[in-house]
Amino acid sequence: MTAAVAHSMEVKAAPPAKLVVEGVSKWFRTPRATVHALDNINLSVAEGEFICLVGPSGCGKSTLLDIIAGLTSPDEGRVLADDQVVAGPGRHRLVMFQEPALFPWLNVLGNVMFGLKRVPDLTRKQRRAIAAYHLKLVGLEKFASSYVHELSGGMKQRVALARSLAPDPRVLLMDEPMGALDALTREQLYLDIQDIWARRRKTIILVSHNVREATCLADRVFVMSPSPGRLLDEFRIDLVRPRDINSPEVAVIASKIMAALKGRMRISPEAVE
Amino acid sequence: MKRVIAIVAFLGALIAIWQLAAASGRWSPVLLPPPAAIAEYLWNALGDGTLLDATLVTLYRLLIGYFVGIAIGLPLGLLTSTSDYFEDTIGALALGLQTLPSVCWVPLALLWFGQTESAMLFVVVMGTVWSVVLATDAGARSIPPIYARAARTMGSEGFDKWTRVILPASLPYVVSGMKQGWAFAWRSLMAAEIFVTILTGFGLGHLLHYGRELSAMDQVIGVMIVIVLIGLFADKLLFSPWERLVHRRWGTGLK
Repeated sequence: MTAAVAHSMEVKAAPPAKLVVEGVSKWFRTPRATVHALDNINLSVAEGEFICLVGPSGCGKSTLLDIIAGLTSPDEGRVLADDQVVAGPGRHRLVMFQEPALFPWLNVLGNVMFGLKRVPDLTRKQRRAIAAYHLKLVGLEKFASSYVHELSGGMKQRVALARSLAPDPRVLLMDEPMGALDALTREQLYLDIQDIWARRRKTIILVSHNVREATCLADRVFVMSPSPGRLLDEFRIDLVRPRDINSPEVAVIASKIMAALKGRMRISPEAVE
Repeated sequence: MKRVIAIVAFLGALIAIWQLAAASGRWSPVLLPPPAAIAEYLWNALGDGTLLDATLVTLYRLLIGYFVGIAIGLPLGLLTSTSDYFEDTIGALALGLQTLPSVCWVPLALLWFGQTESAMLFVVVMGTVWSVVLATDAGARSIPPIYARAARTMGSEGFDKWTRVILPASLPYVVSGMKQGWAFAWRSLMAAEIFVTILTGFGLGHLLHYGRELSAMDQVIGVMIVIVLIGLFADKLLFSPWERLVHRRWGTGLK
């Protein structure tokens, strides 16, 4: 990765988005039952802010992320990205899923290049350079021509991270992408994400059930409750960056958030890690 | 090398049993000619060009019919996979017509097109298209939904999603569908050539047909062997590379 390429990519970085979630509710209807997944969610995310949603399994945090992405439509309310109503998915709001969801017919570099095809005015050479840069960012430049089945679970998720970052989305929506990674890789990625975010100021919404991870990364952490999913508490985290996940300051705040989370968990306390 | 020896030994044993059966005198040499007679026929037919000409005529018809069948079947299969409505209509039709042996199209083809190349082409296309539709449909329907979700969030919709995600994701099924389509096309063409006698080209099926008319069993068996060999070579040349590609990328198969 040469300094020149890095420079040009920082210049073309798209401005981060302002996101507003207004009164969003969602029900899932099955023949047997109706599940109230989300109840009147209101959330405003500033440009370039890093938000984290924490909550137990089944609190609707992934559903909320899908709605913000435009992959699912809300039953009530709406989502605004830069004052535009979100009507469907788009390359400015990229999602990283729990599963890597890489394409087996493409090699690693091809997977990272996939989303770049939809970015206008890029030559094939530029796409390759951007993809190679992001592969290096996640430490997998040696695996550019490997196929997906040849990678470990953690490596796959790192390729997925590179794939999400490469098209330079305005909003990055992360649905527990770190869950499958080993502790060391995860700590490296926390630093990488903070580094990328500091340089390119993306609006990021991370869904997690790891409170420490949330504290380490986010500007604000929201605690969600299940059935129906509601935003309950909000924690603003003003620690200096980059933050170390093992630092005592992070631990103190994380334990406060954890206490709040447990206090809210009358329904399924065992679902919280 | 071990595998080559095994193949040669197996074929040698088959020919030896055949030779013994023919030499035993239990069956008339008209009905069961010895292997040497077949070899002699093949040698002569190769020498005077009839075999090569017939093979070229047949392959030409086969390739055209096959590619027309793929060109219709592939998009139709993708369309079928998009909704239950198409599944219940086009899908059901394809399933029904696939069970119809392709030789059953011959009377219709003869009445509609007469003794022409079009009749031949029609039978081959009808024999090919439905199995391609069914395989493509099954392939597109078995794609993990997460692929389509990932593609959509990266801004890939509509035609782009179909060509860059759905079609490559169903490649393992499409390859086996195309292989099956090839086998069906081959069978259909032989049926058509045996039953449609036309003057515009004398194919392998015709050689087989006239071999029967003339009670020339050496010709019948010789042509049958040629048909088998062409099928084997086509399999190795056309489909093995694709199957290896699928195995390498998906990490499927043994080894």
